[in-house]
Amino acid sequence: MININTPLDGNIVRSLKVGDSVAISGTLYTARDIAHQRLCNLIARGESLPIDLQGAVIYFVGPTPAPPGRVIGSAGPTTSSRMDAFSPNLLEVGLKGMIGKGYRGQVVRDSLQKNVAVHFTAIGGAGALLSRYITSVEVVAYEELGTEAIRKLTVENFPVIVAYDSYGNTVYK
Amino acid sequence: MRKIPFEKIVSTVKTLCVKSCYELPQDVIAHLKASTDSETNSGARKIIDQLLENADVARGERIPICQDTGLTIVFLEIGKDIIVEPPADSPDATIIDAVNAGIVAGYEEGYLRKSVVAEPLNERKNTNTNTPAVVHIEIVPGEELSISVMTKGGGCENKSRFKMFLPTDSKETVIDWIADVVEQAGANACPPFVVGVGIGGNFEKSCLLSKKALLRNLDSKNPQSFYAKMEKQLLEKINASGLGPQGLGGDTTALAVLIETAPCHIASLPVAVNIECHAHRHASAIL
Repeated sequence: MININTPLDGNIVRSLKVGDSVAISGTLYTARDIAHQRLCNLIARGESLPIDLQGAVIYFVGPTPAPPGRVIGSAGPTTSSRMDAFSPNLLEVGLKGMIGKGYRGQVVRDSLQKNVAVHFTAIGGAGALLSRYITSVEVVAYEELGTEAIRKLTVENFPVIVAYDSYGNTVYK
Repeated sequence: MRKIPFEKIVSTVKTLCVKSCYELPQDVIAHLKASTDSETNSGARKIIDQLLENADVARGERIPICQDTGLTIVFLEIGKDIIVEPPADSPDATIIDAVNAGIVAGYEEGYLRKSVVAEPLNERKNTNTNTPAVVHIEIVPGEELSISVMTKGGGCENKSRFKMFLPTDSKETVIDWIADVVEQAGANACPPFVVGVGIGGNFEKSCLLSKKALLRNLDSKNPQSFYAKMEKQLLEKINASGLGPQGLGGDTTALAVLIETAPCHIASLPVAVNIECHAHRHASAIL
């Protein structure tokens, strides 16, 4: 298990290879389809973003509501490929890591290589287990989107596997 | 005629929604456990162990197995000798209204995710209730009401497929296509899968059969030996693909293949595949 902290930089990213088991500590920003579209629209218009993407890691997740006594409900990854049209735009402005489940397209793989960034997979359908690694949650943008709002998660040793590294490789056959 | 109070249906659906999302059915757990014995890939075994641990955490701590608590699908088998007694203040309320009221309550009180948008292409505004449900109704003999709630995620539903074959196409042709649909679903749909297959009927009937097949116990076999054998052949072929848990390699790509069939037109051979993820969540009750 490789332990890393956010924000990520080029040296951390280059040290990660496909298949590596990694434990992430620090900050993850949640974003799904609509939040990605909104961020990309802001970038296209040259406007400022509601979150700092420098070295940031985005987690593709829409959690269940937190029951009393918990910071978050179930919080596993959603399908990564739905974000393929948007991710390169975010990588161009500083995003260094993403967490989802399943495949990424060639355009994203090329962008990971060009921008020295990494894509992780977390275990899809293990949202109850993964919620244990999340220690705090704060909605930071698009609250009206409910589960699809951008949340700032603080995580400790959040378990992921490197699915696409910065060298153009993938763990999937 | 037997009267069933509207509120009894509401409370039952509410309970089933929550149970479905928190408690992975025992047959699914048993199949996951069994797969750790047959699985030769150590990474795959680790993933399955974590899926089992996840199921334990969800059941024990009363939180959803998966954050995608689904579009709620409800199968009703309504005995012909039943009358649903509406509430005094809304005499026109139907059994569908009772189902949706149960979902509203279950998703709110169970802290489940609301994942339904009011219309599909324009504004896609969340209804914030997880309603309306997709409800399938059958009228059956007797005076019982059977309610089955399935809380099925979007990732695997997105990978489900339909194809109209030629009536002269062979079993092998159909098997090859189904296996290909499963392989194309890949990591995105959260393997190991439960594969629901509907063969026959027409366009919509085959799709409905493929979903209804998912309600069967994973240990069950199609009662016709031809299709029982086909279920076994498909499971072996799918698990020989090497896709494995989460698509990261292994022998455990599917836990079960469940085929349901119906009579069909002389010109047609409709086949539908409903992909279900390992978080195969459903719960039933009989009133």
